[in-house]
Amino acid sequence: MSSKNNIALFFKSLPKNIFSGFVVSLIALPLGLGLAMASEAPPIAGIIAAVVGGIMVSILGGSNVTITGPGNGLVGVLLIAISTLGLESAYAAIICSGVLLLIFGFLRMGKLADFFPNSAIQGMLAAIGLIILGKQFHIMVANKIKFENPEPVDYLLEIPNAIINLFHLENTGLLYAALAGIVSLFIMVFYSKIRNKYLQLVPAPMWIVMLSIGLSYYYELILGLPQPIADDYMVSGIPTANQIISELPSINFSKINSLPFWLSVVSLTLIASIESLLSIKAVDKLDVDKRRSNVNKDLKALGLATVFSGFLGGLNVVTVIARSSVNVNNGGSNRSANFFHAFFLVLFIVLFSSQLTRIPLPALMAILVYTGYKLANPNQLGRILRVGKEQLIIFFVTLFTTLLVGLIQGILAGIIATFILHVLINKSFKLFVKNLLKPNVLMYREHDNNENYFISVKHFCSFLNFYKLKERINAIPEHLDVIVDFSMCEFVDDTVMENLSNYQDLFHKKGGHFEIIGLDMHDSKTRHPFALKRMLPVPNIIKKSLTRRQNSLEIFAEDFALRYSAKKNEKLSFLEPFEYFKTKTLNFSNNHLLDEKSGAKVFDLEYSEGEGIVQETIKSTLFYLNLNVNIPEFTLDKEGFLEKAYSFAGYSDINIDKHPDFSKRFYLLGKNSHQIKQFFSNELVHFFESNPYYHVESNGKSLLIFSKERVASLKEIKALLYFGKQLRDLIDD
Amino acid sequence: MSLNLFNTIGIGVAFSPNLEANLNEASRLSIYLNSKLVLIHVGEPSEEKSNKFKSLLKPYTEQGLQFEIVFKSGKPVDVILQTIEDSQIDLLLLGALKREKFVNFYLGSIARKITREAKCSILLLTHASINREICEHIVVNGLDEKQTEQTVTSAIYMAHKFGSKSLTIVEEISKQKLSIKVEDDVTLRKSNIEKAKLKRVEEERISAILKNIPESYKTNLKIKSQPIFGTSGYSIGHYTEVVRADLLVMNAPKKLTLWDRIFPHDIEYILTELPSDVLIVR
Repeated sequence: MSSKNNIALFFKSLPKNIFSGFVVSLIALPLGLGLAMASEAPPIAGIIAAVVGGIMVSILGGSNVTITGPGNGLVGVLLIAISTLGLESAYAAIICSGVLLLIFGFLRMGKLADFFPNSAIQGMLAAIGLIILGKQFHIMVANKIKFENPEPVDYLLEIPNAIINLFHLENTGLLYAALAGIVSLFIMVFYSKIRNKYLQLVPAPMWIVMLSIGLSYYYELILGLPQPIADDYMVSGIPTANQIISELPSINFSKINSLPFWLSVVSLTLIASIESLLSIKAVDKLDVDKRRSNVNKDLKALGLATVFSGFLGGLNVVTVIARSSVNVNNGGSNRSANFFHAFFLVLFIVLFSSQLTRIPLPALMAILVYTGYKLANPNQLGRILRVGKEQLIIFFVTLFTTLLVGLIQGILAGIIATFILHVLINKSFKLFVKNLLKPNVLMYREHDNNENYFISVKHFCSFLNFYKLKERINAIPEHLDVIVDFSMCEFVDDTVMENLSNYQDLFHKKGGHFEIIGLDMHDSKTRHPFALKRMLPVPNIIKKSLTRRQNSLEIFAEDFALRYSAKKNEKLSFLEPFEYFKTKTLNFSNNHLLDEKSGAKVFDLEYSEGEGIVQETIKSTLFYLNLNVNIPEFTLDKEGFLEKAYSFAGYSDINIDKHPDFSKRFYLLGKNSHQIKQFFSNELVHFFESNPYYHVESNGKSLLIFSKERVASLKEIKALLYFGKQLRDLIDD
Repeated sequence: MSLNLFNTIGIGVAFSPNLEANLNEASRLSIYLNSKLVLIHVGEPSEEKSNKFKSLLKPYTEQGLQFEIVFKSGKPVDVILQTIEDSQIDLLLLGALKREKFVNFYLGSIARKITREAKCSILLLTHASINREICEHIVVNGLDEKQTEQTVTSAIYMAHKFGSKSLTIVEEISKQKLSIKVEDDVTLRKSNIEKAKLKRVEEERISAILKNIPESYKTNLKIKSQPIFGTSGYSIGHYTEVVRADLLVMNAPKKLTLWDRIFPHDIEYILTELPSDVLIVR
């Protein structure tokens, strides 16, 4: 691609990126204020971090669709830094951590994140979630408490009391404050459940901001009353844009010789780099164009941005996952979206800084409570347990050490616990010590027709030495074929299995092939694909009972001569070519009904949209069929039903001549409008007009049909099958 | 042109359960290579001992094996090193030990010391057996060193003598050789171009070496070259294990310092995990 082409492409995608930047800024504004206040910094500090980060990282960074700003993970560390050092010295610590991050980038420490076991990271994130939730819950229910030496656990233990207090609130100011908090929490929780196009145009946090500002004006202008919430539960101290520039904070470097100062610097740097690296990795998975991020370049940019942010009175700048995935979902395609997110934030502060003081604190904190809950979501316990019981031990060791002692100690405890468990599982300390430094990965290109890359791994492969394997895999272009052989490897852990599974997806999406072989001789305790594997042949037999729906599906399948299988299937690459799944992550399918005659399949599919707090997992029942003939690629929907999902895909509604009613009722999209117009014959148009609405999508060779973003009932499945088969007959004619 | 690289072959002998197998292997090799066999025994000479050795070697002397027995007392390492010089031994055979319950072989401390200090070529045997096993596939290193030419020549010579079917010359492309670090799509593309260039250079170097080797040795032998990405000196052993080759031929290591012992690399790794029989050419 020539550079001229690149520039043309950049300008072509600019409107989408401006729009996406705008939507992201709607979330970044309340989150920035909330995160800063949760860290006991001035609220504007969060916005400064987002603005500086957005501008600098979009210009200097090495990733594509990430958004940068103040991060959730840092709240706990910043809180400690500010409470022990004081705000002015905390700014100095932030600046130093920025310098350290910059050095990390130059030393190519981007691989740092690979040394942390998965379950330990999950434990750490859950602990951070609990720290945020524990502290902010009290403000959300208007129950400000002060401890002498605040420990995160104290706040958590105090939560039941806070709820009891709620029923004894007599001060109406406080009552309204608590009410604002609880209503906001409800908005956060139920927002994702309501899949309405207009509601979803504005992100939930911005609804909270808009509603609370609206309410405050309602009291002032229409009722002529002062706003009902107690004054110390309102956001305060938002400076105007002029003040931010003219009144730079004084920064105090006098504590630079003290241990607590450097402990804070190290914690800040560690968490900032882990949070950023994990986010970049996760966001790369969402990128429609599947580009590779240059993590070291990004670290440098983040470090520099943190230094500037610190000098201007802002917090650490990190890559944030939730805002980034909102960016991807709204069509952000390059770094300019990050820039525009910062631009709109500046605009908000210049235009609306006085309005922001009309937001009640509990409402903002409800957003954070929800964020914290999402990080510490109890659901993930089940997921971890499925990988293996030992993972749960690692998770809790990390979680409790982080809560009771500290972040650095927590992650260290997690690493040590993981290592001890690996030693115990293998009943061998020698395996690890003797082979740790050995170069255990061999890669070469096989001398046959397709020139596969062959990678053989020896001894053991765990979080301790995964970086060696990773380095090799990273050197392979993703459109080629790779075989990873573990037959000489005595032990493979879950961190490696999960990472390899990510590589499998990546290679798949880019047209390559990534295969793992040589694990037949290994045993694992659970059947989860990420379970750690040890060489030892012991067969595992697990029989699961079926649910009621599964039983009735089984009976239905017998009646209609279909083949039924309840088994989970994770090979879903056949769905990837469909436009609908381009920005979604496919998890697994189960409950398959197969019509062996025609090859038509109906199955339940679990997929997810977004990452982090905006992640939504959706289960849906789909009809899939391979066609005998080639047809144009198109998607057909009820007018206005799912069009939001495609509005950024660059296609426009195609109208079929002589069928104005059809064109009015259906939303038809596709690249080749001429071919599509030819394809939609009179019979086909009549068929669609006289049948119920379905989402119908063709990728040229196969059809995908479904109706709702939830699992279908037996009756709906019957209808779906019938519709699909009729449509196939029509197309085959 | 006829080439005889190994005129005299030496082997240390002790009365161990492996004695018969080791002697059979050594005699067979000596006959294949037209060499004289020198048995080195650490200990006092005695009629009884010589008779025992002679009776074991009888089937081979009938085929024309020339041999000599050297008795000498002292520290095993010193005796063997001294005899190598005195008897002008070109190739010393050493038996590897097998780890209990495990499939991998390693060298005992004496053998390792000799390997480091001997001035002749050394063949480390993993599967010494009474009956002959065919050596089908030989792997040889193609490191960018002066010595490589001699090593590759020896390997092809051995292949010719053993009647091996294929020989793979392995060029190790280590991380240090690649100046471009892969960080994103752009550097990935650049690094792959660089790799292709390196590969071409390596291949040219190898084909230059092959040109100097007599044609007659190369007939019936499938020679291919294989670039691998790994750590120099170590990954070749890993490769040998993966492709299940029968013999690995390597350059002798350069002078080792104390530092290299503490942080083992190159050949030291191979010595702890012998992938197959290993020939170290000096």
